[in-house]
Amino acid sequence: MAKLKPIKINHVSKYFGKQQVLDDIELTIEPETIYGLLGRNGAGKSTLFNIITDRIPLSDGEVTIAGQPVTDNDAVLNRIYLMSEANLYPSRMRVKDIFQLTAQLYQGMDMALAQTLAEQFELNMSTRFNKLSTGSRSIMKLIIALAVDVDYVFLDEPTLGLDANHRRLFYDALLDSYAKRPRSFIISTHLIEEASNLIERVWVLQNQHIIIDESTESVLNKGFAVTGPTADVEAYTAGLNIIGHEALGNLMVHYIYGELKGDRPIPDTVSISHIDLQRLFIYLTNQEVSTDEN
Amino acid sequence: MQFDFNSTEPLYLQVAEQIEEAIFTNSFEEGTQVPSTTEVSKQFHINPATVLKGMNILVSDGFLEKRRGLGMFVVTGAHAKIREKRQTEFYEDYVVNLVKEAKKLSLPETTILEMIKRGYNNG
Repeated sequence: MAKLKPIKINHVSKYFGKQQVLDDIELTIEPETIYGLLGRNGAGKSTLFNIITDRIPLSDGEVTIAGQPVTDNDAVLNRIYLMSEANLYPSRMRVKDIFQLTAQLYQGMDMALAQTLAEQFELNMSTRFNKLSTGSRSIMKLIIALAVDVDYVFLDEPTLGLDANHRRLFYDALLDSYAKRPRSFIISTHLIEEASNLIERVWVLQNQHIIIDESTESVLNKGFAVTGPTADVEAYTAGLNIIGHEALGNLMVHYIYGELKGDRPIPDTVSISHIDLQRLFIYLTNQEVSTDEN
Repeated sequence: MQFDFNSTEPLYLQVAEQIEEAIFTNSFEEGTQVPSTTEVSKQFHINPATVLKGMNILVSDGFLEKRRGLGMFVVTGAHAKIREKRQTEFYEDYVVNLVKEAKKLSLPETTILEMIKRGYNNG
């Protein structure tokens, strides 16, 4: 097919009744890229996914591919798959029939891959959907998400209910599938540590807004922990974007997001190191008002 | 004081370092193929673009070469080149830090030299 076009989310807002869940969201989803959507419980991650994939209507703005709105646009929605908690399948249908049905609804499905994955995850394809455990339902949906022939795969908390072995298997399968057929994966997750190395670009949703939309590398580059005696640390970090702190007696850690002052001498008593995505996320989303850009 | 972000270095640099180390210890021998970005990506659950970025550092350092359609190979002579590079970096990476710590501890120059001599003879 022709070169893929990015999905554009233009000024999207969403209200449930009078309550605003999303406010003026602007994002671009490039082809063949793995994104991570991070946000606290109730931040609106699932709502955003449901809007992009046209499962629920938006209140304002639009979602487009190549200038065409996705709303009711089957040709475009055929290229997008959302794996979510919702159970949309006939309860007495068998797993293998659900696979067949999905293949018909979309532009096809890699049945050989689905079968291999079912074996690896020990999912019996003859079991009826209503007889599957919660974990097995997640696994079935993940297998579909990886095998279905689409260009944009949205995974809403994909590893929910999976044990450590199955999570590992899932990440293996995801990267294998991505290598064989590059396409975009947009993953929302609470298990930031596990996913952070997979994610090329990070979105953080907080207080109805996207407060971070940057490459993982550049986000990590801007996160610092400044450790030392309180007075020295405070002197050094004055005027910087301090997103959190921890104190242990007179030992102080300031967490910074943004540029350090290159011309400011670092006292001998103070040490500076980078922090991981999980910690960065925790401090950024604890803030009332976020100042992600200088 | 100097910046030392080694503990939480960017992932692509860590990828480059790990592969460089594997070449230096002959785990990846000269003239042989190194694992593909996909293999590394799958094994360690790292985004393939990150792995590629790390490998490309080694290509521009002249330790790896791309062979069209085949993959990445260890350049003949890479081992010696890595040793040379590390010798050059030895002062910055080790000596500077050693002296800094020694000064913090008020250890005089003669004591450090003595210690180095002792360590060298015991090593």
